[in-house]
Amino acid sequence: MSDSDSNTVDVKRRRLLIAGTSVVGAAGTAAFAAPLLISWMPSARAKAAGAPVEVNISKIEPGQLVRVIWRGKPIWLINRSDQMVKDLPSNDSRLTDPASGVETQQPAYAKNPTRSRKPEMSVLIGICTHLGCSPTYRPEIAPADLGADWKGGFYCPCHGSRFDLAGRVFKNVPAPTNLVVPPHFYKSDDLILIGEDGGAA
Amino acid sequence: MAAYPRKTEATGLLGWVDERFPVVQTWKDHMSEYYAPKNFNVWYYFGVLAMLVLVIQIVSGIFLTMHYKPDTGMAFASVEYIMRDVPGGWFIRYMHSTGASAFFIVVYFHMFRGIMYGSYKGKRELVWLIGMVIYLALMAEAFMGYLLPWGQMSFWGAQVIINLFNTIPFIGEGLSLFIRGDFVISDPTLNRLFAFHVAAVPMILVALVFVHIVALHTVGSNNPDGVEIKALKNEKGIPLDGIPFHPYYTVHDIPAIVVFLMAFFAVIFFAPEMGGYFLEFANFEPANPLKTPVHIAPVWYFTPFYTVLRAVTLSPFMGTLAMFGAIIMLFLLPWLDRNPVKSWRYRNTAHMLNLAIFAAVFIILGYLGVKAVTPEYKEMGVRMTEIYFLFFAVILAHSSTNRGRYLVWFVVLAGSLIAIDFWRYNPDDLVSAAQIKWQWVWPIGYLAVTLLLPFFVKGCNAEKAVPERVTS
Repeated sequence: MSDSDSNTVDVKRRRLLIAGTSVVGAAGTAAFAAPLLISWMPSARAKAAGAPVEVNISKIEPGQLVRVIWRGKPIWLINRSDQMVKDLPSNDSRLTDPASGVETQQPAYAKNPTRSRKPEMSVLIGICTHLGCSPTYRPEIAPADLGADWKGGFYCPCHGSRFDLAGRVFKNVPAPTNLVVPPHFYKSDDLILIGEDGGAA
Repeated sequence: MAAYPRKTEATGLLGWVDERFPVVQTWKDHMSEYYAPKNFNVWYYFGVLAMLVLVIQIVSGIFLTMHYKPDTGMAFASVEYIMRDVPGGWFIRYMHSTGASAFFIVVYFHMFRGIMYGSYKGKRELVWLIGMVIYLALMAEAFMGYLLPWGQMSFWGAQVIINLFNTIPFIGEGLSLFIRGDFVISDPTLNRLFAFHVAAVPMILVALVFVHIVALHTVGSNNPDGVEIKALKNEKGIPLDGIPFHPYYTVHDIPAIVVFLMAFFAVIFFAPEMGGYFLEFANFEPANPLKTPVHIAPVWYFTPFYTVLRAVTLSPFMGTLAMFGAIIMLFLLPWLDRNPVKSWRYRNTAHMLNLAIFAAVFIILGYLGVKAVTPEYKEMGVRMTEIYFLFFAVILAHSSTNRGRYLVWFVVLAGSLIAIDFWRYNPDDLVSAAQIKWQWVWPIGYLAVTLLLPFFVKGCNAEKAVPERVTS
């Protein structure tokens, strides 16, 4: 300690050491944080629970909606009556995307006026494209709360988004896009498999 | 360099401790020789009440954790088990659920006090900022706690909140997947929010409250007159208008605590659900991922921001931004309100009206948030959201009493409102067009009261002289 040199500080060297120590420390912190943060990603068990679902549609009456679960999400199967199908085009002028232009919202085989493989049978993921609530099925014509030009459709109770019976979103509501049509195909006239395109896409 | 060993006037056990830990000095700095202004009014009770509620929440929460099971298969049943089978369990749970609402009531009053008396001014910006971070942490804590009973509102509320992250462009999908730990809200989500709710966030909250008070005691408390009491001191260096926090305010606060606890326990015993506002009825049904309840609304303390979210339909991301922006704006208050006069007592009438309208609009936004969306309410939500954000521009405009500035601000703000209306107006959409046509009166009326009134009426622009000493 008697050495007088020991009292002079080599500022440059000190700065370099501080910078070096900080970098090593930051790298160590990041290395420590990585396994903790990765633990938040879906586990192998969560990933495994995504198998396709088979549904028998022979018992669905015209106008009736049936719910099944696929990948933890509600899937709607709606057997639309002839009148319902006939009313669909009358909504077009009030819709955001009447021609299903947004490619991600349906497979190519559902990019048609009814958004379905068969005109009457609609298959939709029952999750609002706004913030993920499940809209309510409102098939009645012109109910008091939805207005005189309501031809049947879906109303989201969370934020007031509206969709028609093909899952097409109306203008001026929070939801930006049409409801999603999941991949599906007809194994026979009565059986639909949800989760696979059946090679036809 | 401090003397070694530490000198202390204390003797006995206290002396032994004080030689090793500055217990006497800490007590003096924060209690017996912390000089608070002598003119505190009822508004100054809410700080201590917030700390009281924090203690209630921590204690009741610890005991709930002893019986609750964070598992989607058991969570709902374990809460019902607490309510029916655990001796006194209902009391502990109702304390916790009522405490959540009480926390926000107390904190909202505490914040409005700060706005009224300009408590974020005069080196107190950091006190305000730390307080705002506490408010954010409190909202996170409340949201995560609400998922735990695993009822219908728990599930669908969390679904909406977590999907807010989904709206962020590019990274949104991945981020919400990361937060949920699954493709839907499920067991991993419940487990991790439980961990945050009972361990991580409470620790952060307690630490922040500590820092909030250290910052406050460093700069000194504001008061209803907005007078800096440290400006005038006696020969001993004690502020002329200050009184020691202990015993004066400790004793002063006790009656307030008694009154608060009377109200608090009255709610617990007679109206723990508070008509569906403290505990929502749909939450007495177990979570069902297939069915959203017909009428869904967040708990009352989130509803003002929920209305902002619903009002902005430009795109979901813009809605999310607006909602978080509504909170961020509050952070900026110390830098928007640049008027040197702190308390509204000595500001002009237009400023008082501005604050009163802001409080009213916040309540209306909250009311709209619990109501279903009708065309009237939807448009009113948009209009109230406009006023909410205009408030921050008007408070900036009120930074000086220059009347010419008021007119410029009025033209600019009213002009932007009209431009937005022009852009929103769609004559084909008869219902909403009709609403736009009459509800413009709210924001324009607001601007007229806060900017045109002080422009035309001199009396409404007059500031009063701030006294040198506090009044009464």
